[in-house]
Amino acid sequence: MSTEPRLLEVRKNVLKQNDMVARALRQRFRDAGTFVVSLVSSPGAGKTTFLEKTLTLLRPNHNVAALVGDLATDNDAARLARSQAPVKQITTGTLCHLEAAMVQNALEGWPTGKLDFLFIENVGNLVCPSSYDLGEDLRLVLMSTTEGEDKPLKYPTIFNSSDVAVITKIDLADAVEFDEATARANIQAVRPGMDVLKISAKSGAGMEEWLRFLAARQLRQGTTA
Amino acid sequence: MHELSIAMSIVDMAQEEAQQRGVHITAVHLSLGLLSGVVKDALLSSYDMACDGTPLAGSRLVINEVPVEVYCPSCRAPRTLSSVQWFCCPDCGTATSEVIHGKELEVTALEVEA
Repeated sequence: MSTEPRLLEVRKNVLKQNDMVARALRQRFRDAGTFVVSLVSSPGAGKTTFLEKTLTLLRPNHNVAALVGDLATDNDAARLARSQAPVKQITTGTLCHLEAAMVQNALEGWPTGKLDFLFIENVGNLVCPSSYDLGEDLRLVLMSTTEGEDKPLKYPTIFNSSDVAVITKIDLADAVEFDEATARANIQAVRPGMDVLKISAKSGAGMEEWLRFLAARQLRQGTTA
Repeated sequence: MHELSIAMSIVDMAQEEAQQRGVHITAVHLSLGLLSGVVKDALLSSYDMACDGTPLAGSRLVINEVPVEVYCPSCRAPRTLSSVQWFCCPDCGTATSEVIHGKELEVTALEVEA
């Protein structure tokens, strides 16, 4: 004879642990006056090149650093280090995304000094990173012209969880017959009102506008903090 | 594929609850938003793996999928989206990205035997 099952009500956020660490990080960054930007995209969309360029351009006038998540190699960290900014690799092993605790651990004992900007490059993946808050102020989702226009429709969750979309490799737009209007419409369909920037890290096109945008966001943060 | 680590968190969470209350869990009920970034089928198959060798082995994961509900500024009311690829009010067509529900990843209830 089996006992009748009872239903016990509980209400527990499965990602509570991560959210708590992320909240603490956000507070810590705010207290330190550091503006934190995370980058997500599929593998090969150009996160590292974009970030290397960004660090190089910011470094003369700002204190900047970058954390970079990668499954197995430190190739990206080595590339970013060419910018002369402090760069630290987080090797995730088989894990397909970064979690707040990994960011927290990576910051432990890392002598970066006072930072104006910290960039966190997530693992190349358009699915898993969307669930994990890293304590960032701004989440950029990058999509390259070579990936086609429908990435936002295929991965609505990551686009919806991001603050800004960056279309990369616009120097290749003509060669791959990239339809920018369609791409923009797709972005707006899954995240109405989303800011969209387009850049070529290679030619430098759009980088100035991106840095202006970043400065404006940092300023806005400073006045609301 | 991060569903296995999510499933392990669910099992840990349920196990802790079971220990505190001194009960045996036969099923875990989960609210899963369509914007949570977690895939239902992958989570279901990961759940059995995560339960293996724990007191929850043999228990079921009951998933209640939560559709995306947004606030429509024109209707001034919550509206349920028919597609996560189209963030527009299904009634008046106004674009909106103000999400009210759909990001849930939450254990809501446990079926237990005393």
